[in-house]
Amino acid sequence: MPIFQKPTLKQGTNRKREMPEGLWQKCPECGEVIHNLELSQNLKVCPKCDYHFTFSARERINNLIDEATFEEFDQNLLSVDVLKFTGVASYSERLESYREKTGLKDAVVTGFGRLGGHDIGLAVMDFNFLAATMGSAVGEKITRLVERGTKAGRPIIVVTASGGARVYEGMLSLMQMAKTSAALARHAQLRLPYFVVLTNPTTAGVMASFASLGDIILAEPKCMIGFAGPRVIRETTHQDLPPGFQTAEFLQRHGFIDIIVRRPDLRTTLTRLVSHLSSR
Amino acid sequence: MKVRPLDFEKPIVDLERQLEELKKHSKLQGVDLEHEVAAMERKIEATRKQIYENLKAWERVQVARHEQRPFALDYLSLAFTDFTELHGDRLFGDDHAMPCGLASLGNYRCAVVSHQKGRGTKENIHRNFGSAHPEGYRKALRVMRLGAKFSLPIVALIDTPGAYPGVGAEERHISESIAVNLREMMLFPVPIVAVVIGEGGSGGALGIGVADRVLMLENAYYSVISPEGCAAILWRHRSHAPEAAEALKLTARDLKELNVIDQTIEEPLGGAHLDHEKAAANFKTAVLQQLDELNKKSKKLLLEERYQKFRAMGQVLEG
Repeated sequence: MPIFQKPTLKQGTNRKREMPEGLWQKCPECGEVIHNLELSQNLKVCPKCDYHFTFSARERINNLIDEATFEEFDQNLLSVDVLKFTGVASYSERLESYREKTGLKDAVVTGFGRLGGHDIGLAVMDFNFLAATMGSAVGEKITRLVERGTKAGRPIIVVTASGGARVYEGMLSLMQMAKTSAALARHAQLRLPYFVVLTNPTTAGVMASFASLGDIILAEPKCMIGFAGPRVIRETTHQDLPPGFQTAEFLQRHGFIDIIVRRPDLRTTLTRLVSHLSSR
Repeated sequence: MKVRPLDFEKPIVDLERQLEELKKHSKLQGVDLEHEVAAMERKIEATRKQIYENLKAWERVQVARHEQRPFALDYLSLAFTDFTELHGDRLFGDDHAMPCGLASLGNYRCAVVSHQKGRGTKENIHRNFGSAHPEGYRKALRVMRLGAKFSLPIVALIDTPGAYPGVGAEERHISESIAVNLREMMLFPVPIVAVVIGEGGSGGALGIGVADRVLMLENAYYSVISPEGCAAILWRHRSHAPEAAEALKLTARDLKELNVIDQTIEEPLGGAHLDHEKAAANFKTAVLQQLDELNKKSKKLLLEERYQKFRAMGQVLEG
């Protein structure tokens, strides 16, 4: 059951007047007001409570990939409004506004690069773009990356975040689940390693396809991970949800996540794992 | 069996009432109204035809959800022979929303996986309204593996509002159970035919829907999200479900045009619920024809074509 959520930008409205616009951020977890520069230097992790803020695809790539080794693929691949979808807002308008807002063409950045000296293929989803929902462009870019990785014999790393399927693309969106999983099936047949890093939030159609198929599945602390949204579950089952439901820690307790890794440690951990599972 | 009429069938219901009146009148008064009765029956058929040939997407969703529509087990008893149900995923439990087993269709011995809804409250609770848990998808995987091991073609009957959104489902990783099926179904070296017989609810449907041929009954729907869910998000209210149903392009006709499905199976006039036998016969003819075609292909070609079929899905623009 896919959900589609607008990214909610939380702001401390009552304190807004005291803070110069765009210079400070309030931690949604502990309320700490942090200077943007400090936050960036700390990889967008709250220095007080360790809350992991949303990391953009560019920031993630800069953090993980060896300097000047990233070769981006399909940079200009675009989603199309195949169904001519118009609800409250039209799909084409929304695409336009998010392209402008984020500087991205769609919700994933893919490419080859080096991680601690290892040749890898990397896809990073960016939640700022339409909640990183998966439409044809996202599915196609990830599929092409995996196929290129299969051909080149490279490990693949996908850093996920997603509100689920891109409802505006109807069934073509759902079919990206099958398409990406198919490419991973062939990658796995060649015994090439596939790593997933789950970040906040990863849900629905993305979770029910490539995000669940890693040989090794990592997650950032406290990130929300699930198939159905908590509201849907509550309304369907009339049940109280257990504390910490659908967090990385909850999923690890229930046997799904290999390692929960703090953002500052991710690069080292991934490098070690890639090195261990690589042939030669 | 008294068939519950749907809202948009009111003109038919009205005419049927008039027909009853005529018949009663004829009997009570002893007048011969044979001509009038025949004319009325023709009119009913014509009205039914008129309505069903012009069904809106949202009306088809109502037909697809009709409680008296043939469900998977009806097809298993009417179209298939020798159904032997196999229970349990050997990990956690047995999901009654997902009956699986061995059955024959014509001369083909098959492995069958399916979603099953219930009629009435008691049965629906037993079948969890056709919404499977992880153990359902894992049981389906186990039975499909049997198919692959013993060279039995796999037939999947899809009829679910969606995989179950519940605490237990999340605790046992419903996402993973679906994802693994998507990956594994791509590699089974036997023909796979999936048929959406009623509701094709999103990932829960696709979880047994990766196939060489995907067929849909004429009034079935297959959608990334329920029209109600889509309306709630994109129109901010569920009451816009009819518009959402139209916009989502979820009917067999639309999905054939988008190349998401391969074939539409015709239903008896007025919907499959009016004639289970006919619906099952049409189902059987269509699936057998597909199996005949797929059976001629080498394993290598079969797998390559299956890959390319899903590889081609979606539309993008190279900027």
